[in-house]
Amino acid sequence: MSSSSPPAVPTRRIPLLDPPAAIGECAGCLRRTILALCLLLAGSARAAEEVRIGMILPLTGAAASTGLELRNAAELAAEIVNTPSGDFALPLAAGKGLPHLGGAKIRLIFADHQGNPQLGASEAERLITQEKVVALLGCYFSAVTATASQVAERHGIPFLTGESSSSTLTRRGFQWFFRTTPHDELFVQNFFAFLKDVEKKKGIKIKTLALLNENTLFGSETTKLEEKLAEENGYKVAEKILYPARSAQLTSEVQRIKAAAADVVMQSSYLGDAVLSIKTYKELGYAPSALLANDAGFNDSEFLKTVGKDAEYVLSREVWALDLAERKPLIRKVNDLMEKRHGVSFNGNSARDFTAVLVLAEAIDRAGSTAPEAIRKALRETNLPADQLIMPWEGIRFDATGQNDKGAGIIVQVQGGKYATVWPFPLASREIVWPMPDWSKR
Amino acid sequence: MLLQTLLSGVLVGLVYALVAVGLTLIFGVMDIVNFAHGEFLMLGMYAGFWGWALWSLDPLATLPLAALLLFAFGALVYRLVIRRILDAPMLSQIFATFGIMILLRGLAQYLWKPDFRSVGETAVAGTLALGSLRFGRPQLAAALGSVLASALVWWFLRYTRPGAALEATAADREAASLMGIDPGRMFSLAWGIGAACAGIAGVLICTYQPVFPEVGANFILVAFVLVALGGFGSVPGAFWAGILIGIVEVLGGFLVGPAYKMVLVLSLYLVVVWLRPQGLLGRA
Repeated sequence: MSSSSPPAVPTRRIPLLDPPAAIGECAGCLRRTILALCLLLAGSARAAEEVRIGMILPLTGAAASTGLELRNAAELAAEIVNTPSGDFALPLAAGKGLPHLGGAKIRLIFADHQGNPQLGASEAERLITQEKVVALLGCYFSAVTATASQVAERHGIPFLTGESSSSTLTRRGFQWFFRTTPHDELFVQNFFAFLKDVEKKKGIKIKTLALLNENTLFGSETTKLEEKLAEENGYKVAEKILYPARSAQLTSEVQRIKAAAADVVMQSSYLGDAVLSIKTYKELGYAPSALLANDAGFNDSEFLKTVGKDAEYVLSREVWALDLAERKPLIRKVNDLMEKRHGVSFNGNSARDFTAVLVLAEAIDRAGSTAPEAIRKALRETNLPADQLIMPWEGIRFDATGQNDKGAGIIVQVQGGKYATVWPFPLASREIVWPMPDWSKR
Repeated sequence: MLLQTLLSGVLVGLVYALVAVGLTLIFGVMDIVNFAHGEFLMLGMYAGFWGWALWSLDPLATLPLAALLLFAFGALVYRLVIRRILDAPMLSQIFATFGIMILLRGLAQYLWKPDFRSVGETAVAGTLALGSLRFGRPQLAAALGSVLASALVWWFLRYTRPGAALEATAADREAASLMGIDPGRMFSLAWGIGAACAGIAGVLICTYQPVFPEVGANFILVAFVLVALGGFGSVPGAFWAGILIGIVEVLGGFLVGPAYKMVLVLSLYLVVVWLRPQGLLGRA
């Protein structure tokens, strides 16, 4: 006390020399104190009724339509948390707001990154420092999620991505980064789990695989992984072809694949080459037991329209499908809400972001606090069972890298001109057709 | 299997041939490289597609009309753009046709969206099996159509008066004009026939290839190789080069590995150009 008082003496003397200023200064002190008190009160009052969460999405630009879809899904999730929504098995659906935070509501604050990683980072900065959000969600594009989550990491704010699937994101050793969706590698691992399941179910042995992948990063990374996993799982890669996606013909590629006579063809293609390959398979009368496609071109909404009935029996991976509702009634109920509120059904992306909002809200509620450290701790301890999710996952539990290790994709098959879920078998809406019938028998 | 691959290569090559025949004709007559040739092919494909989508016309039925339309379009491009740059430096000529390429692509994207489209069941659907050999009927029809169209162009140049006039203009523009041949009309004719060839090829392949605004890019590089390989301006040269390249691409790709198919094609091209700079059937 005594040591701190001497410096105070001169400052007290100055007001004596200049009384008007002294009055002004004291008044200023008082004003500031009152203001600070008010802010403090306001701050704590707000904490009781509103938890601010930032979400960065491509709301304009080339992916704007997807961004808006994701925003709609996230808003629906927030509404389910904030208002009593009936007898859903979803987390936080029953009550009003977050019960452990005195019924506080969550408020989503959206920002637009326009598909630009730099803008994503600066919006993350703005949301954290100016909007005072307690956690971040986003960003759809893995490249933007990478930069935005870097900002969150620096500020020590939890970042949860619901749909960015580049496997590198969870390999950066980040402490504040979480991901609910399976990443790209897990999807490829799913293919092999699927093949094993088919062998068991059908009592057959699959021996050889042929890999037909386009030669940019997507296809070549997939090829490496497929080769590695094939070896681990005891399958022989009879043929491996990387081809340029912009090809005028794929005749030699398909001839090679046909000559290899592999049981299963695994293919990663964009739209144009996916279409061309199907036409060439038909031309050369080549039908393996199964054509297992890796999303992308095969799941493009134009693919089925373009190829028509020649696409029948093609298998592909998916993250979600509406026909899962046949085995999981919760999906139907939630989808009805989505239809009512936004006039569209869920798709793989919007279902995943809907889930991410609920997972984050549930963790914040469990934390009972909006302190970032408490939220991170709660996220680490997250353990949601499958029956509280609209996803085909076994649950949500984050491993040390922040990756949900209970996620999985599904395998769909074109049947009757539509993609139907055929795997995992307990979630299947249709029986899988295996092997694929010969072209002459269609 | 080898025979099948060889014949598949021939089928692919015949379509390349028709695209290249049109390109080499334009080049032969007036020494202008048409970068927009792939886009003429694209327009042909869209003609086939829209005929089918809007009026459920079979692409084969659309073919004559599409050929006429593309002929008119080619001649129009000549009148509007090429005629003005005949005596311009080569760089301006390249930029002009390059500009047409970008314009046509952009227009197609704007008007018809960048979506991939495809024609459904047509008169030539299905496959033809001959013993163990299998051929897609659409591919067979395309190859056959290409042969007929190429033969027609050859016959026209060889046995008709306008054809002879065209050849004369190609051989010596000034001498031909002294003989009373109007070079402007000949150039316009060359552009018309060239565009029509690409358009016919486009309609023929739209029965089995997806149609989209940038599809021309997939064909144009091969077409340039064919023109140089067959000999600049030589119609039979481009035709035979087409078959040769089709075989090398498909059979070579099959034997050596599909990743190397363009390497094989371009190596063959380099060897030929090195040994015979005028191309296979070109005039020295």
